[in-house]
Amino acid sequence: MTAYIIRRLLWLPIILVIVTFFTFAIARFGPGDPLLVVAGQIRDDEVLEQIRADRGLDGNVFEQYQTWLFDAVRGDFGESIQQQGFTVTEILLPKMWISAQLGIIAIITIFGLGIPLGLLAARANGTWVDPFVISTLLFLQAIPVLVVIPPLLWLFATQLDWLPVGGWDGLFDIWWIGGVIAVPIPDPHLYIPLVAFTLPGFAGVARLTRITALEVQKEDYVRTARAKGLSEGRVTFRHVLPNSLLPLVTVIGFALAGVLEGAFFVETLLGIPGIGRFVFQAVGSRDYDVILATTAIFATAFVVMNLVIDIVYGFIDPRIRVGASR
Amino acid sequence: MATQAAQAPAGFGALEGRSEWSLVWERLRRKKLAMISLVVIIVIYGAGLFASVLAPYSYTEQNLDRGLEGISADHWLGTDRLGRDLLSRAMYSARTTLIITAAVVLSGSLLLGNGLGLLAGYRGGWVDNAIMRVGEVFSSLPGLLMLILINASLSPRVVDAVRSIEENTPLTGLVSSGFASYITVFLALSLFFWVGTARIIRAQVLQLREREFIMAAEALGASQRRVIIRHVLPNISFLVVLQISATLGSVAGSELVLSWFGVGIQPPAPSFGAMLFEGSGARTFQAHPNLLLVPGVAITMLLLGFALLGDALNDAIAGR
Repeated sequence: MTAYIIRRLLWLPIILVIVTFFTFAIARFGPGDPLLVVAGQIRDDEVLEQIRADRGLDGNVFEQYQTWLFDAVRGDFGESIQQQGFTVTEILLPKMWISAQLGIIAIITIFGLGIPLGLLAARANGTWVDPFVISTLLFLQAIPVLVVIPPLLWLFATQLDWLPVGGWDGLFDIWWIGGVIAVPIPDPHLYIPLVAFTLPGFAGVARLTRITALEVQKEDYVRTARAKGLSEGRVTFRHVLPNSLLPLVTVIGFALAGVLEGAFFVETLLGIPGIGRFVFQAVGSRDYDVILATTAIFATAFVVMNLVIDIVYGFIDPRIRVGASR
Repeated sequence: MATQAAQAPAGFGALEGRSEWSLVWERLRRKKLAMISLVVIIVIYGAGLFASVLAPYSYTEQNLDRGLEGISADHWLGTDRLGRDLLSRAMYSARTTLIITAAVVLSGSLLLGNGLGLLAGYRGGWVDNAIMRVGEVFSSLPGLLMLILINASLSPRVVDAVRSIEENTPLTGLVSSGFASYITVFLALSLFFWVGTARIIRAQVLQLREREFIMAAEALGASQRRVIIRHVLPNISFLVVLQISATLGSVAGSELVLSWFGVGIQPPAPSFGAMLFEGSGARTFQAHPNLLLVPGVAITMLLLGFALLGDALNDAIAGR
């Protein structure tokens, strides 16, 4: 196991180098020269060369990449072209924080509602409830987020006027009861993005829970628990549920990927100043350093996440020791 | 299988002569949802395939006097901002979806995915290592961001390439028809859609290699080609079909998103993504809901059809 973890960790920097070089080459391959924007009104070749040299964008692609890599390793991810005078780290960190808050809440909601729905379907196996729950969730999964958001906005923001059209104002508002007791309530800006993030996610979690729960329900220890005269609720929560959770660990990675991808359109459509929206703008304005830093962050998150899942899986279920079989 | 034989003892003799695929089809046919999904998929793809015959108008035909109309006898589903018939545009968009999904599934998933998966699983050693490591790199790239980046960077180059084809050959009208953007989207999606298939096929082939009948064939001196074609391929064919059904939906979804972001299929070529984008403002939706609902309902039904059919197929193959 240890050897396996070490091997995977050694592989991480290599993947990161390949991934960032790939991104760098593609971004550079595109049309347009963002440095003309930096130069502004001055159309002097000498000035342009100077800027290019300052930003490490002179020489061939490999030299440019080398410059970027050596700076990045030392924690310097360069300066944004869209917002001049700010380093990439300065700009990205607050945006990442916003996206991360939303993402974490979304993942908690997906699992928090998906698991009970899956259990419900498994318990109701053989009745109409089971296929009804599952096909409803499948239907919700099939609707693209791009189709869902405008009607939601129309209904809740324009018609009913309950929720704001977009924007971001933190996770929680504080309600003061009698000016003394502070009660945190979710900020109204949160609801529509949350619905958009979670609707496509429920089906995966619920179906996996259902399938595992159906298997677990057939196990001898569940029959024993029933034979002992335990209540149905106790059987479900003490014996079926914990044993059904294991495979769910593997879908956390998928859920995370889904939320990361969803961030692009949810943030763009709803005007949330997170990383998804910003990166999309960065692609449009060839903001190389921002694109590279984000790709590097996303790739690291993916690789580390997969590694953690593998390790956690090995710990929860000792029957699957990845290291041993390899 | 056992239940079927029990139900129809007279057909037991015929059972031996039937291929596994006809059994799967038999089970699938009894699932109502699967059949409805199949019909939905056939209708939408059929509308795309025969769009040039069936559509009442051309997808570029404008009538600025009759923009943003509702449902009428002339325009069954209304018109968009430029007075183009939404029904016709939806049908041509279905054609775009058909072209892209078919091309990507054929090249990315079927050829690249299965080919590399087979190669990795069967050859093993450094070939396996190389293919899987490359796959790992691709799967750790943030897919959507990469697709947007690749499309944004690649499309001017592809347009140039297509233009030079136009200049040097008798072919004309390629650039203006948006042909280049189809190529770009196809290339970019193929690049990403082989990894999942290759992994699953590889795992299956690795298991198969340990089986006695494969070893027997190898021991008897069968060539690698013969072992792969006669013994390995028939045993992964179910998996291949399942992978296709799973990939179709996600390819269609990716094309939708790319075109929505403006880096996919380029206008005037029609696509559901571009249609959705035009109808996606909250105010637009309030005044002209058909702009969003026409492409939205069509693509949702298609994606749902793929999901339900894939599910049922999975059950049918597993013998349920």
